[in-house]
Amino acid sequence: MSDTNSPGQPGSEDSGEKSWPEYLTGGQGHGDLPAGASAADPEGPAGPRRVIGTPSPAAARTLLPAAEVDGGRQVTPELPAEPDDPSRAKRVEKVVAACFIIAALAGFAFLVFYATIGVGSITSVLHSNLALGGSMALMFLLLGIGSTLWVRHLMPTVELTEQRHPMASTPQERAAFKETFQEGADTSQFVKRPIVRRSLMLATVPLAVAPIFLLRDLGPLPGTSLDFTVWRKGQRLLIYGTGRPVTPAEFNSPGSIISVGPEGYLDDDDAMAKAAVTLIKFRPGELVFGPNARPGGPATPDKVVPNWTVDNIVAYSKICTHLGCPAALYDQNTHHILCPCHQSTFDATLGAKVIFGPATRPLPQLPIGVDSQGYLIALGDFNEPVGPSFWERS
Amino acid sequence: MSVERALEGTGVWLDDRLHGARGVRVLLRKVFPDHWSFLLGEIILYSFIILLLTGTFLTLWFQPSMTDVIYHGSYIPLRGLRMSEAYASTLNISFDVRGGLLIRQIHHWAADLFMAAIMAHMIRVFFTGAYRKPREINWLIGIVLFTLGMFEGLFGYSLPDDLLSGAGLRITEGILQSFPIVGTYLAFFLFGGPFPGHDIIPRMYILHVLVIPGLILALVTVHLFLMFHQKHTQMPGKGRTNENVVGAPMYPYFMAKTGAFFFFTFAALALAATFTQINPIWLYGPYNPVAMSADSQPDFYMGALEGALRLFPAWQWVFFGHTFAFNVFVPALLPLGIVFGGAAAWPFLEQWITGDRREHHLNDRPRNAPTRTALGIAMITFYGVLWAEGANDIIADHLNISLYLTTWIARFAWLIAPILAYIITKRICLGLQRKDRHLLEHGVETGIIRQLPGGEFVEETRPVDEEALAVLTSRSEPPPLRALEIPEAEVPAPGMRGSLGKVRERLYNVVTESIPLPDGHANGHGNGHGNGHAIESDGHGQESLPAGADQSGGTDQH
Repeated sequence: MSDTNSPGQPGSEDSGEKSWPEYLTGGQGHGDLPAGASAADPEGPAGPRRVIGTPSPAAARTLLPAAEVDGGRQVTPELPAEPDDPSRAKRVEKVVAACFIIAALAGFAFLVFYATIGVGSITSVLHSNLALGGSMALMFLLLGIGSTLWVRHLMPTVELTEQRHPMASTPQERAAFKETFQEGADTSQFVKRPIVRRSLMLATVPLAVAPIFLLRDLGPLPGTSLDFTVWRKGQRLLIYGTGRPVTPAEFNSPGSIISVGPEGYLDDDDAMAKAAVTLIKFRPGELVFGPNARPGGPATPDKVVPNWTVDNIVAYSKICTHLGCPAALYDQNTHHILCPCHQSTFDATLGAKVIFGPATRPLPQLPIGVDSQGYLIALGDFNEPVGPSFWERS
Repeated sequence: MSVERALEGTGVWLDDRLHGARGVRVLLRKVFPDHWSFLLGEIILYSFIILLLTGTFLTLWFQPSMTDVIYHGSYIPLRGLRMSEAYASTLNISFDVRGGLLIRQIHHWAADLFMAAIMAHMIRVFFTGAYRKPREINWLIGIVLFTLGMFEGLFGYSLPDDLLSGAGLRITEGILQSFPIVGTYLAFFLFGGPFPGHDIIPRMYILHVLVIPGLILALVTVHLFLMFHQKHTQMPGKGRTNENVVGAPMYPYFMAKTGAFFFFTFAALALAATFTQINPIWLYGPYNPVAMSADSQPDFYMGALEGALRLFPAWQWVFFGHTFAFNVFVPALLPLGIVFGGAAAWPFLEQWITGDRREHHLNDRPRNAPTRTALGIAMITFYGVLWAEGANDIIADHLNISLYLTTWIARFAWLIAPILAYIITKRICLGLQRKDRHLLEHGVETGIIRQLPGGEFVEETRPVDEEALAVLTSRSEPPPLRALEIPEAEVPAPGMRGSLGKVRERLYNVVTESIPLPDGHANGHGNGHGNGHAIESDGHGQESLPAGADQSGGTDQH
């Protein structure tokens, strides 16, 4: 408790601290504030700085001195204690109280609903959400309405004016600051001793670079991994979802489309993010074959490679060449594949040539054939990288 | 009375240790100006607080893990499906934690409200010129907060690892890959290898719950401190000048009002979360890289980016064996770069053009800065076209027009519509200024027709009242261009020489284009210190009032 009493004690205790009461008072006449607030004995050894004739600490017992001017601030008038319209205030008082009482009831209701309404099924979650949310919203709404009515009708209307001062310090203040700053710099010898300064700067260089090095193991280097998928020669095409292999005979209704992936990788999202394939069955004559396209060579941009189709079934990468979304929408009438993310549109009869949207390249075609048991298989990987463009792609 | 004693005791105890009586007293009486549009910033603050509260609740159950699990929870349609722990725990929060769905929905709605309120607040600050000196720092902090909010939102809605947000991450990866030279490395480092990998959810989680909220909290604190320290701007009105603040004291008025506003914000979010479903991840299903549904939309604040990606033409080049995905890189960075970069540069550009280096604490009415207002509307139009294009599939579907037509419209509109918006807005502002001038010159129409002794009919008008007069005559006239020249010398001032000076002179004429106030109301041009306004230049204002009254109270024949 010793630290809460004895006004002026710090000053009398230690000559080294004698300056602090002056700092606090700033010569502005409320030096009694810290003293009076806790003065146990106004007549005691207290207040070595108190001059006879100044207000006694007892008079300054309150935290807020009655009259006070600080730093040029306008002395603000007292706020009125009575509302503008007392009779109205009397009515509003009841409304405010009613708001708060109902808010309290809504709050208790929230607790009751929490305790009584379980979750664990769609219906019960629906009920719980309505009950908890409804009571919570009602509580906050009434708290808000009550508080607003209180401010508007119970508190008197006041308008105070406060003066602004330019943000810029006065030239004297700036000069003083500059002086102090300069003194500090001089005292530190930072300017005078370049060897200290420069060696310190040198020492900070690794500090700045090290964090970048520390981030190196965030991931492996890309290498050529974006150029390839997991498709290999002879790998069966399995239907995504069921995991069954496909025969051309099963997949025989023209215009239909299925998503397939390589055998062994259907549950591997990293692999499927590049290897997902759309199989589309066409009527005879619908596919436009590229006369110059040859198996093994680069796919021509706008014609299906003839030797890579089986029974008018063609396989395209499902990964959009714009930003990698699954190009999942297919229109049977126009044979357009549409990516729902940014609407790149590919003509499936023309080697998935881009006919609209921001994608620049056709969807790569997967070379497919049939194995000895009649199931569709890949004849190899795509012969170009699938998915969005990247810097290393040539 | 014991309450009073307890309060006093606490106050004394604290003051003995902190010496707060003087400072806190000043704080309690701090004057806050009032205007409905000042509440927009408070919505941001309160949504953020609600985000922190509800977000903490959600972390108690959310598992930021991409480990595959088989779902056995309460939501029957997804039972037995393979999914990540992140998705399963989000289902758990929604269906097996009491109040979990409500808090999740409040959290999501609060994020949308946070971003919407930031936009509205920035628009308010821009159009009223509240970003001007000395508040440029707070304007820049605001732009950084907006950007951080976008990332915070993107990472947040990606955490549940549902099908929709997974596509958003895939797009994020594609955008990173489009960066020249470093793109592929950036993508591999962020995702810890090829997409999707197993690292992205835990990494986004720590960014979402610690790093970015920490930055936002720090910047919000600085933002509020500067607002306190510099004192809030005020709208023009009677008795309000550039040198004062008129309003109600913080304690009790502002505290009570802002407390009520916190309750209203929470109530609005709770209502939205109770009655409107948001981000129903159980309907989207867990992420897999093979499936995607039509009408996929990001949250609204990512819409402009999405739209830019949609409308940009398929331009891409291969140089020396390297692919430059111009069709992704440019729309991902340029449009938002123009909006954010333009917003950040504008206060400084405007200062350079007008030579106006004075402090401004009295807000402009948007009409009184026609060029600024027109530029702002042009920017909003630019952003708005991109934003609408981000939902062009929905628009095409609902309006029953061709999807490609909407994109073609947007491809032209994002360049043409802002120009039209600029021209139209400027005309409207100048028109409104003319209307104000007319009011000052001729007074307010009363609807009373009077017959003069000579038989002539005239309409009675009355002078505008003091409050309106203060509003109508409040202008912050820029210093005249002449001030930039060396007086009485034939040579232009250094800042006005050369081609840059010519550009500046032309820009000055555009930026300061305005309908002058009628004689007797005009603010002293080039008023050296510059803070003067008609309303405060006492004698001046007093004189002009009867003059205006004479003029307008008389006959007005039209």
